[in-house]
Amino acid sequence: MKYQSSIKQVVSVAFLSLFLVACSGTDTKQEEAAAAAAAAAAEAQAAAEAEAAAAQAAQERAAAQAAADLRELQDAARMAGDVVYFEFDSSALTDEGRAVIDAHVALLKGTGASVRLEGHTDERGTREYNIALGERRANTVRDYMMVQGIPGYRLESISYGEEKPVSYGSSEVSWSQNRRVEIK
Amino acid sequence: MMRLLASLALVLVVFLPLKSNAELVIEITQGRDNPTVIAVSPFAWQSTGFPPEDVAQIIQDNLARTGQFAPVARVNMLGTPSREQEIFFRDWRMVNAQYLLIGQLSGTSQIEAQFSLYDVTKQSIVIEGAERAEVADIRALAHRISDRIYTALTGIQGAFATQLLYVAVTPIPGEKDYYELTLADADGARPRVLLTSREPILAPTWSPDATEIAYVSFETSRPAIFRQNLATGAREQLTAFRGLNGSPAWSPDGTRMAMVLSKDGSPDIYVLDLDTYALERITRHYAIDTEPTWMPDGQSLLFTSDRGGRPQIYRYDFVTGLTDRVTFEGSYNARARVAQDGRNVVLVHQQSGDYKIAVFDLVTRRLTALTTTDLDESPSIAPNGSMVLYATKQAGRGILAAVSVDGGARFNLPARDGEVREPAWSPYLTVSPQ
Repeated sequence: MKYQSSIKQVVSVAFLSLFLVACSGTDTKQEEAAAAAAAAAAEAQAAAEAEAAAAQAAQERAAAQAAADLRELQDAARMAGDVVYFEFDSSALTDEGRAVIDAHVALLKGTGASVRLEGHTDERGTREYNIALGERRANTVRDYMMVQGIPGYRLESISYGEEKPVSYGSSEVSWSQNRRVEIK
Repeated sequence: MMRLLASLALVLVVFLPLKSNAELVIEITQGRDNPTVIAVSPFAWQSTGFPPEDVAQIIQDNLARTGQFAPVARVNMLGTPSREQEIFFRDWRMVNAQYLLIGQLSGTSQIEAQFSLYDVTKQSIVIEGAERAEVADIRALAHRISDRIYTALTGIQGAFATQLLYVAVTPIPGEKDYYELTLADADGARPRVLLTSREPILAPTWSPDATEIAYVSFETSRPAIFRQNLATGAREQLTAFRGLNGSPAWSPDGTRMAMVLSKDGSPDIYVLDLDTYALERITRHYAIDTEPTWMPDGQSLLFTSDRGGRPQIYRYDFVTGLTDRVTFEGSYNARARVAQDGRNVVLVHQQSGDYKIAVFDLVTRRLTALTTTDLDESPSIAPNGSMVLYATKQAGRGILAAVSVDGGARFNLPARDGEVREPAWSPYLTVSPQ
């Protein structure tokens, strides 16, 4: 857009000078001067065109780089997964858990987006206590993200306790999959 | 705060289909030694057509569920008397019946039942009386007769004419579960759905006069506490704080509601005044404080806290403002519910890795496990303190189960379809259920 309008400007300046030349009549010197002005105008136009094209190319390169960087962050976050797992009756982060959160922190810094941190527990113990435990897990992830520089207003903790298991069995295999915080 | 609550308008819940799929089926799993043998002779129908319900069967099933009574099977009855002149006591002695209940039903739209309970050995009347109900409510009539028989023979007020609130869940693979907040008679009959949602519904509880219920619903994608009038269906969202909004518990006088909020950081106990919406913070601790329940005198609250490292029951005294630890046995005691006598506390207790229902005596400080299964939770005590209803798992499926407070009698209440959880036994009903 910018490029087009600058061309228009240059072209209209050129036309205007030709018109002035035509009006002023017979003087050869004047004609020469007008021709020189027209040539200069054409030159300026070409230079502006080249400059605009270069700027656009640079812009495109930067955008492509940013998109590539973001893709890389997104891929890293996707590879890390969006689930942080916990030990039984614990809200302490494991090394694996921290790695997952780190990937999302990097992505959040790149996008400025907000996330919802959903805390879950396994089925053992009472439902309301588990809701509290799930919140504690979600808040552990939130606090870690805040320490890493993500502002709190972009993070929402919510707990479902044992209400939304991903695995329905009653053994450690299922329970370990259900003790989690989902980054959404 | 005030403005927030005031702006939460009353919403009318659309009346949902009456019939629920989550109908409970009773399976008696354990009776007591030496139960009282009682014969309930089929009640005579003195009107046109057929009786809408088998009233004698409802009474017989009610008494059998307590484990304190062993009804005489109908096939073993040598006669089916419905008036005194038809009784041959010798026939009932032959089947070892200690008591015999007979009765007659009359009326068309309004049904009246006349009943008489006899001591077979003494050949004399224990009690006799009448109960009336609309024909559609004839089951309630049977429950009220059951209550009078039970009270006459045990000295304990009957709790058959009460209701159960529970959450029925239909898991839908690959999709969100289907939740139904359900109300049924104490014997599981006549279930009706009060609320359906694709997001969790939990912690249903009763107002002390049994006209209203409260629960936590995630329908707004965040937990919120709602109250709902059973007669009108009128519904009010009481809380929508940031963080947890859970464990609603009406005060015994019905004017206040204890709850758990985490708006100020960690989960703490708060009390909401239901007239002024003034909110009072009760506990201030960085640990988890949750699952408040009122002592019957309204002077103190029991709640679960892990301030000692593991979840245990604590008691907050409104008069002194002090908090004391109540349970010490084992590494996990949670979600207490107190019997009306203010003495027996039922709770979830962890024993050798399993979660069981236990009863804790506040006077003797003795804790006794009542169940032998694992993953038992959500105990709710009958208003007469005799039975504890709870949730457990059977072959991987959530079911309700009941055990007497002395551990003598047990029965299961699986749903015909799907899972059931979080039972809440109603207080005594002051008006007959709809």
